[in-house]
Amino acid sequence: MNQLHFPILSLITFIPLVGAFFIALVNEKNENLIKWFTFIILVIDFIVSLPLFFYFDPSTYHMQFVERIPWIKSLGFEYHVGIDGISLFLVLLTTFLTPLAQLSTWSAVDKKIKLFNIVILVMQTGMLGVFISIDAFLFYVFWEVQLIPMYLMIGIWGGPNRVFATMKFFLYTFAGSVLMLIALMALYFLNYHFTGTYTMDMVKLMEIPLPAHIQLWLFLAFFIAFAIKVPMWPFHTWLPWAHVEAPTAGSVILAGILLKMGTYGFLRFNLPMFPDMTHAFALLVIILSIIGIFYGAFVAMVQPDIKKLVAYSSVSHLGYSMLGMFALTQVGVEGSILQMLNHGISTGALFLIVGIVYERRHTRLISEYGGLASLVPVFAAFFMIFTLSSIAVPGTNGFVGEFMILLGAFLDKPIYGIIVAFGGLFSAVYMLTMYKRVVFLKVTNPKNLELKDMNKREWAYMLPLLLFVFWIGLYPNTFLSRMRVSVEHLLQQTNRSVKVIDKTQEAQLINTIVVKKG
Amino acid sequence: MSGILLFIVLAPLIGFVINGVFGKWTKPYAGIIASLALATSFILGLFPIMSVLNGNIVEHIYYTWLPFKEVAVPMGLRVDALSAVMLFVVTFVSTMIHIYSIGYMHGDPGYSRFFAYLNLFVTAMLILILGNSYVLMFVGWEGVGLASYLLIGFWYEKDTASDAGEKAFVVNRIGDAGFLIGVMFIIYYFGSATYADVFPRAEEVLSPAVATIIGLALFLGAMGKSAQFPLYIWLTDAMEGPTPVSSLIHAATMVTAGVYMVARSNAIFSLAPIAQEVVASVGAFTAFYAATMALTHKDIKRILAYSTLSQLGYMFIGVGIGAYWTGIFHLMTHAFFKGLLFLGAGAVMHSMRGLLSIDLMGGLKKHMPQTAILMVIASLAISGIPPFAGFFSKDAILAHALEFGHPIIWVVGEITAFMTAFYMFRFVFTVFYGEEKVPNLYHELHTHEAPSVMTLPMWALGILSIVGGFVGLHYGGSIPFEHLVTQIAPNTEIPNEAHYSEALLIGVSVTMGLLGILTAWLIYIKKILTAEGVARTFRPVYTLLANTYYVDEFVACCIVKPFWWVSRNLLWKIVDVEIIDKGGVDGAGWLASRIGFLLRYVQTGFVNHYAYWVSLGAIVLSGWYIVKII
Repeated sequence: MNQLHFPILSLITFIPLVGAFFIALVNEKNENLIKWFTFIILVIDFIVSLPLFFYFDPSTYHMQFVERIPWIKSLGFEYHVGIDGISLFLVLLTTFLTPLAQLSTWSAVDKKIKLFNIVILVMQTGMLGVFISIDAFLFYVFWEVQLIPMYLMIGIWGGPNRVFATMKFFLYTFAGSVLMLIALMALYFLNYHFTGTYTMDMVKLMEIPLPAHIQLWLFLAFFIAFAIKVPMWPFHTWLPWAHVEAPTAGSVILAGILLKMGTYGFLRFNLPMFPDMTHAFALLVIILSIIGIFYGAFVAMVQPDIKKLVAYSSVSHLGYSMLGMFALTQVGVEGSILQMLNHGISTGALFLIVGIVYERRHTRLISEYGGLASLVPVFAAFFMIFTLSSIAVPGTNGFVGEFMILLGAFLDKPIYGIIVAFGGLFSAVYMLTMYKRVVFLKVTNPKNLELKDMNKREWAYMLPLLLFVFWIGLYPNTFLSRMRVSVEHLLQQTNRSVKVIDKTQEAQLINTIVVKKG
Repeated sequence: MSGILLFIVLAPLIGFVINGVFGKWTKPYAGIIASLALATSFILGLFPIMSVLNGNIVEHIYYTWLPFKEVAVPMGLRVDALSAVMLFVVTFVSTMIHIYSIGYMHGDPGYSRFFAYLNLFVTAMLILILGNSYVLMFVGWEGVGLASYLLIGFWYEKDTASDAGEKAFVVNRIGDAGFLIGVMFIIYYFGSATYADVFPRAEEVLSPAVATIIGLALFLGAMGKSAQFPLYIWLTDAMEGPTPVSSLIHAATMVTAGVYMVARSNAIFSLAPIAQEVVASVGAFTAFYAATMALTHKDIKRILAYSTLSQLGYMFIGVGIGAYWTGIFHLMTHAFFKGLLFLGAGAVMHSMRGLLSIDLMGGLKKHMPQTAILMVIASLAISGIPPFAGFFSKDAILAHALEFGHPIIWVVGEITAFMTAFYMFRFVFTVFYGEEKVPNLYHELHTHEAPSVMTLPMWALGILSIVGGFVGLHYGGSIPFEHLVTQIAPNTEIPNEAHYSEALLIGVSVTMGLLGILTAWLIYIKKILTAEGVARTFRPVYTLLANTYYVDEFVACCIVKPFWWVSRNLLWKIVDVEIIDKGGVDGAGWLASRIGFLLRYVQTGFVNHYAYWVSLGAIVLSGWYIVKII
C-alpha cells in the first residue's frame, strides 16, 4: 500500500546520496558552503520525511508507502521498501538526529571537512535504507553499506587510538554480519522449499513454518549478528572503544541510530520468523539483558572519561530495550521501541553535551572539570535536563519508556520487574556522581575559567531534543498509538504455533539447505 | 471546578518556568513572583476544600497519559477528605515559607534559582497529593525527590551540600524501587492504578498474602521518602540545604508523603495485618532511636532533623496501627510546629551569620525576643503540653495504640515523649536562656531580631501551633477531624478494642512531657546536674549517641566503598577489560591471525611444494580407500 502514490521513501533515502554527489563537486576550500549545503540537505530530508508521520495509517500492520521494483529477477530479489509502526519512528529518528549531529561538527571538525560531510550524507542513506527495506537482501546490502562511512568517520576523524577502535568496530560487526548472511541464504532456500518461489520478501519469509531445530540455528545466527550491534552484554566491548575514539557527531549517530539497527533486527527477524526459538531463548536473552542493565551501570559508575561513562550507560539502557522486547507483552515491546527512541534522544543529547565542552577544553576526563554551574549556567541546565531524562525521572521521556518495560517484564514474570526496579538506583548513582563532579563543586581547574557558555548554534541543536524529552514524557500517545497495531501483529506472529513436521520432511529440509548452500 | 483544580497545580509550575528560564531578569522580584504563585494555589485550593467539607469528592480527568493496552493511566486530579487536608497543609505552609524565604535568601546570588526550585517542589508535591492514581503519585514522588536533590545541593560549590543532595536522591531511589514494585503488583491484580478502581475492589481481589506483599513494597517507598530506619541516613545530611528548604521539604511536607501514602492505601493495609505491624514497629523504633540521637547533638539543625525523624515515627505508628486519621492529624500539627521550629532556627542562623553550634549560643532571648517566644510555643507543642497542637495529635496516636492492642508501642511512645520534651527544651534553654557563652560574639555579629517578612510567617505558624489541635477535640460526641478523614481512611476494625480511662492516658502523656522539660530545666538552667557530668558518667553510651551509632561510617566503609571497589577493580578492570575484551574478543582475533600465520606456511607459492601436498593427499586417500576395501 502506498497512500501517497509517490516514491517518498526512496526520495528520503536518496536525497542525501544525491547531495553527497553535489558536494563532491564543490571546491574543498569553500568550507562554509559545504557545511551549509550539507545541513540544508539534511533538513530538507527531515522535512520530506514528515509526511510519513502525518499520512501514516495506524490502523493497519501492513507495510505502508510501499515501492516495489524488480531488481535481480532471476533470483527474485527486489527493490522493495516500506514501513510499518515499528520502523516509522526509527526512520523519523534518523532524519531528525542527523542534521543536529551535523550541526555540532561545524567548528569541531577541522580537517577534511568536505569528505566528512560526504561521509555523513552517505551514512544517512545507508541507515535509512536499513530501516525501510522489506527485501531482506536489500536490507543486508544497506546494513553493510553503512558500516563503511562509520569506519571512515572513526578512522579518520577519531582520537589517538582510532585505528584500533575502528578495526575492532568493523571486524566485530562484520563477523556478526557474515553469520547473518548465511542465515539469510538459508532462509531464501527454505522458502523455495516450502513455497516453490524464490523471494527475499521479509513479510513472506516470516510465514515459513520452520521446524524447531532449523529455527535454532537461524535464530542463533541472527542473534549473534544483532546482539553485537545492540550491543548486548557480553558482546559490548567494542562500544566504549568506538565511542571514545569517535568524533562527537560519530558518537551521536552511533549511539542514536546505529545501535537501533540491532534492536530493530530482532524485531524484524528473530521474533516473527523464529517464534519457537524466541520463546525458548526468551529466558536467556532476558538474563543477559538484566545482567547488561546492572553491569553497564556498575562499570559506568567508575569510568574516569565522560564519554566512556555514557557508552557504558548505553549498554544499560539497551538492556532495558531488550528486556522489554523479550518479555513478549504488548506494553513491553512498545516500551522497547519507545526506549530506542528515548535512547537516541537522551544519549544523543548527552554526547552532544560532552562534545560542547570537549570542543572548548579538548578533554573528556571528569577530573578535569568541576564547578561548571557557575561558569556556564545554560550548559549546566541543559546537561541537568538530559541527565534527568537519562535516569528516567517522571515527566521526561526516559520514565515512560522504562516504566513500560518494567511493567511489560513484570506482566511476563513478576520477578523480572522486581529485580529491574532496582536498576534506577544505579543509573542515578553513575549519572549524578558524574554530574556532580563536572558541574557542581568548586572550580578547581583554572583552564575552565575561560569557558564560554553555549552559542546560538549549540542552542539550535539542543532545543529540538529538549522538546522531545517532554513531548514523549507528557504525551506518549502520539508515538504509542502508531505502534500499537504493528506490535500486536508482531506478537501474534511470535505466539503462533508452528506446524509440526515429521522426520522425513525434516531430513528433506536438511538436505535442501546442505545441498543448496554447498 | 476542573479548571480551578488544574490551576492549583499549574500556578507554581508557571512560577517555576518564569523564574527558571528568565531568572536573570526577574531576580529582584523572584521571591514575590514565587510567593504569588503559591498564594494563588492556596486560594484556589479553598474551593475544592469547601466542596469536600460538604461531603463531595472532586475528581477530574484531563487526558489519558499512558495509554497502554494492558492499563491506561489517566492524567487526573482528585480532592477527597484525605487530600484536602494535605492540600491545605501544603499550600498554606508553603506560602508562609516562600514569604519567609524572601527575607532569608535576600542577597543570595542564586535568588531566582532558589525560588524556581521551590516552586518546582510545590508543583511536584501537589501532583503527589492530588494525582488520582498511584502512577501520578509516583510522578510527584520522584518530582519532590528531584526538587529536594536540587535544593539540598543548592549551594553546589560546597562539596558537603552536593554530596548530601546526591545521597538523598540515591537513598530515595531504593524506596522508589519498592514503590514501583507495589504499583506494578496493583496493576497486575486490578488492571488499573486509579484509586477509584482499586480501593472499592481491594477486598474481593486481594488475598491477605498479596495485600501484605503490596503493603510492604509500598512501605519500602514510604521508608525512603519519610526517612524511616534504616533509610533515614539521607535526612540529617539534607540539612546542608538552605534552612527554609529544611523547614518546607524536610520537615513539613515532603517527608510526610510516606505517611500520606500509607493512609491513602488504607484499603490495602487494612487487609494486611502483618504489613501494618511492620509499619507500626518501624515507626515506633525510629521514633525512639532518632530521639536518642537528638539528645546529644550540638548542631541546631541536626537536632531538629533527628526530631523530625522521631515525629515521623509517631505518624507511622498512627497509620500502622490502623487509626489512619491520627497519623494524618499528627502530620498536620507537625507541619505547623516543626515548620516553625526550623524557621526559628533559620532566624537564629540568619542573625548569627550561619553559626550552628549550640555551644556558641545562649541568652539570645534578649536579642531575638519574638523568635524566642515562638520557639517556646513550638517546643511546647512538640512536647505534647496542652492546649498546644502537638498534644492532641500525639495523644490521639498513643491512646489508639493502646486501645488497638499495642501496649509495647505505647510504652515506647511515652518514653520517646519524655526524650522529646527534654531535647527540645535543652535546645531552647541553651540557645535562648542562660548566659552568653562567647563574650562579645553577638556584638560582633550584630545579632538582631529577624525582619518582619520573616517573623510574620512564623507568627502564622505559631498561631496554628497553638490552635491547630482543636479540630481534634470532642464536639457533641464526635471529633471533627476524625469524622472528616475516616470518610476516606476508615480505621481498621479491631476485634477486641480495649478501653482505658481517657484522663489517665492524658495524665501519663502530659506527665512525660513535663518531666522532660523539668529535667532539661534542672540541667541547663539550674545546673543541678551538669551535662558534662552526665556525659562522663555514661561515657560509652554518650560516645555512641554523639556519633549517631556510627551508622554513616558503617554505610561508607561496608557498603559504599566495597561496592565501588568491586565495580572498579573487579567488574571493570578484570571482567570487562581483561576477560571479555582482551580474552574473548581480542583473543578471538588473535586466534584467527595465528591460524592464518600457520596456514601461511602452506601457501608458499612454490609449485613443487604444492605438488608434494597433492601427492601426500593422493597417498592418504588411496590408503584410506585400500583399508576400506580390505
